[in-house]
Amino acid sequence: MMPQRLRRIVTLCRKESVQIIRDPSTLLIALVFPAVLMFIFAYGINFDAGAVRLGIVLEDESPAARRFAETYAQSPYFHVTFGHDEHAMADLLRAEQVRGFIVVRGDFARRLERPGDTPTVQLVTDGAEPNTASFVAGYVRGAYAIWRREEAIASGRVMPAGLTLEERYWFNPSTVSRNFLLPGSVTIIMTVIGALLTSMVVAREWERGTMEALLAAGVTRLELLLFKLVPYFCLGMLSFSLCVGLTVGVFDVPFRGSYLTLYLVASTFLLSALGLGLLISTATRNQFNAAQAALNAAFLPAMMLSGFVFEIASMPAPVRAFTRIIPARYFVTAMQTLFQAGDVWSVLGRSLAGLAFAAAFFLGMTFLITRRRLE
Amino acid sequence: MSALAAPTDASSVIASTHGLSKTFPKADKPALAPLDIQVRGGGVTGLVGPDGAGKTTLMRLFAGLLAPTSGSIRILGKDPLRDADTLRGSIGYMPQKFGLYEDLTVRENLDLYADLKGLRGDARRDAFESLLTFTDLKRFTDRAAGKLSGGMKQKLGLACTLLGTPKLLLLDEPGVGVDPISRRELWRMVGELLSQGIAVVWSTAYLDEAEACDSVVLLNAGKVLFAGAPRELNANTRGRVFCLKDFDGSARGALKQARRDPASMDGVVQGHAVRLLERKDARLDVTRYGLGTQARLEPAAPRFEDSFIDLLGGVPVVDSRLAKVIPERPRDDAVVIATTGLTKKFGDFVAADHIDIEVRRGEVFGLLGPNGAGKSTTFKMLCGLLAPTSGEARVAGVDLRRSRSEARQRLGYMAQKFSLYGDLSVHDNLEFFAGAYGMTGKAVTQAIERMLEIFELRGVRHTATQELPLGFKQRLSLAAALLHGPEILFLDEPTSGVDPVTRREFWTHINGVVERGVTVLVTTHFMDEAEYCDRLTLISRGRQIASGTPDEVKERAATADIPDPTMEDAFIALVAGDTA
Repeated sequence: MMPQRLRRIVTLCRKESVQIIRDPSTLLIALVFPAVLMFIFAYGINFDAGAVRLGIVLEDESPAARRFAETYAQSPYFHVTFGHDEHAMADLLRAEQVRGFIVVRGDFARRLERPGDTPTVQLVTDGAEPNTASFVAGYVRGAYAIWRREEAIASGRVMPAGLTLEERYWFNPSTVSRNFLLPGSVTIIMTVIGALLTSMVVAREWERGTMEALLAAGVTRLELLLFKLVPYFCLGMLSFSLCVGLTVGVFDVPFRGSYLTLYLVASTFLLSALGLGLLISTATRNQFNAAQAALNAAFLPAMMLSGFVFEIASMPAPVRAFTRIIPARYFVTAMQTLFQAGDVWSVLGRSLAGLAFAAAFFLGMTFLITRRRLE
Repeated sequence: MSALAAPTDASSVIASTHGLSKTFPKADKPALAPLDIQVRGGGVTGLVGPDGAGKTTLMRLFAGLLAPTSGSIRILGKDPLRDADTLRGSIGYMPQKFGLYEDLTVRENLDLYADLKGLRGDARRDAFESLLTFTDLKRFTDRAAGKLSGGMKQKLGLACTLLGTPKLLLLDEPGVGVDPISRRELWRMVGELLSQGIAVVWSTAYLDEAEACDSVVLLNAGKVLFAGAPRELNANTRGRVFCLKDFDGSARGALKQARRDPASMDGVVQGHAVRLLERKDARLDVTRYGLGTQARLEPAAPRFEDSFIDLLGGVPVVDSRLAKVIPERPRDDAVVIATTGLTKKFGDFVAADHIDIEVRRGEVFGLLGPNGAGKSTTFKMLCGLLAPTSGEARVAGVDLRRSRSEARQRLGYMAQKFSLYGDLSVHDNLEFFAGAYGMTGKAVTQAIERMLEIFELRGVRHTATQELPLGFKQRLSLAAALLHGPEILFLDEPTSGVDPVTRREFWTHINGVVERGVTVLVTTHFMDEAEYCDRLTLISRGRQIASGTPDEVKERAATADIPDPTMEDAFIALVAGDTA
């Protein structure tokens, strides 16, 4: 026989679970929404430049200039449009048909042949879109370096001595944005399930008058907290597993950490998100206000300030400091570390501590403001 | 029934309060003024009063859900807050809306509360068995609570509350949202419990329910107006209640004349009669009313509402200014609402079955019926919110099947719940509704000023409506519905939960509108409101089962046992006859 206290909690959890199963919107948020979001992040959103549409204006038709142009035409990173008139090409840029263009001047071959001289090429990009512009510039420069090296080898000449910068990306060698977007997007999903879902459920009991009946039946604060926490924790971990399964199994994102650590981090984060949701719900007692508050206090910071979309390092110092109190920030760091680097405890330890603190804070606050009475 | 409650010494004091008061933080006046009452076993103690009287506050204090500001409560010799754990099994509290989980089945709701009350094994099985039989819910154990009718929800709520054999049963407005038939059923069930020695506290806004209680606490705005047996209260008004009969002209006109008599404290239209309350120190003089030589006063038995009004010092005469401003419509007796064979089906379910009604200009016409009878469906078809499946309906000369929106411009609609924007000011709400009715420019400003003037809302024009007292909200709702000068006014249960004084004021305005030739269609299951109608039709299970003037309908239900039935008696008899 179970002790009476445990029995009550089990009963209440069962009641909550039945309600979850019978409410299609809950399952929609917990299972369908994550899947849809994952697909959007996997296929719809892409920070990779892919093949850059590049224009090349050849004022010099010499074989050397053609070879130079071929370097770009053959690269998988460029989709090249050739032209002979700088102004016509500028129009294409304005029409966004090319992202940038290179002008190979008429003296290209001549200056190449002349010892001690280097031919100059001009790169024009669209400054109105700085991200794309710097992408294009970077790619063009990289291809230019390759061309110069090949040219030197082919001609047997020694290149003018200088620093050659060799770039290597650690952790995400192919710099596929999906590899960091998908683990990051799990944060958004968990925040929505944790905060948005739970922010509604306590408020709902108040609105429908059932809270009053529960309190009159002697439900204690601890019971209240537990029966709102346990079922949603299970639901949240189910969604999390679904997300991880999709990320690794379907979208082929490499996972380099250990699953034990992954679930440890995820459950700590989920507790903090649930805690925030319950805190909001308990404080507002009104579903509409609770949803609004959850959106502002949980969802938006998770989206904007977690480092998932916008890099924290490039934020102004006050905002950067502010991100330290946002649990999602620690989770994003931990997830990206686990997926792309592995169990790096110097990073994970700090994240885990931040998450554990947030969880304890929110759940503790909820417990404190939960009232056995109606005032 | 042995599983329900162990017999206790009937008439022993189960609960009592001593100087109990409650003031909520930030409130400027107490929700409950010092109160001393005793609740005895084997009887029903009625907490009676309009919304905001303090009934729910007192219930929650008893249930240990609120802490008193001063004074104390003893239940079975214990304090509901300090000894909450020991008292829990002895108190059954049914909050408003019954505290049920609508997405759980009847069985699951019972299981939940049984577990919470630690009921197990044989005791639990026996309790379920007897409660399901008692409430007649055995057939519905697998149905979701949300899919039960109002009456069945109420029974399930009661069953959940009775688990664990309480000695004190607290029922907070169990009659709200429940039709008169289910309410009588509940009274019968509570009557059975009383024989077990259980003490029942029953709160209600229906003054007529108070008469059935063993003792009554009459509350108004947190103050106790009266505490004692109901007959003691009615003793005060005995000999001072009269029915004005056989007068010339309309009952509305007669009421207006009679209320000019300074000896009258109160008056309401009752079919083709007027019920009047006489001041203690004065005599009503029917000869001065100018209502013809036949007009006479017939003594009537006092009702609780008369006594309630008496305790409040009577209702001041409010002269509706509406009449002076609203353009008079021709008294042409034209038929303004007419339906033939109006039918609405939802799938196989016939919500409204061949409804035939005819309403003439300047009439107050009532659609009466229990919850789910089809009166709202009919009502919605008539105001163009729902398309009929078959049949014809003409409103203000417009065929509803062709041009619903055109008809809508000619009618004003006041919804059951105040459909005002709580965070907008009075003025902004009116401006919004003016826009919604397609009014523009100067007409808007003029109409708003007129309404603020008529309904005396000038002083609150910049106040957010959610901060207004109930009476003001109601006036504002009416103002919003009348803003565009409609020919027909639709009222959907306009005074549910409203105190008697506010209700009288409201009907004074309605009567003023009617006198200017505006037609009023009202749905209600409040019998008080039915009495204000010129004619009405009673709808049960989608069909009209009785039509006529209130007096005619009452007459139809007269039996040897009840020769002079009230509207509620008639309603119950006719609906029961239909469903039998």
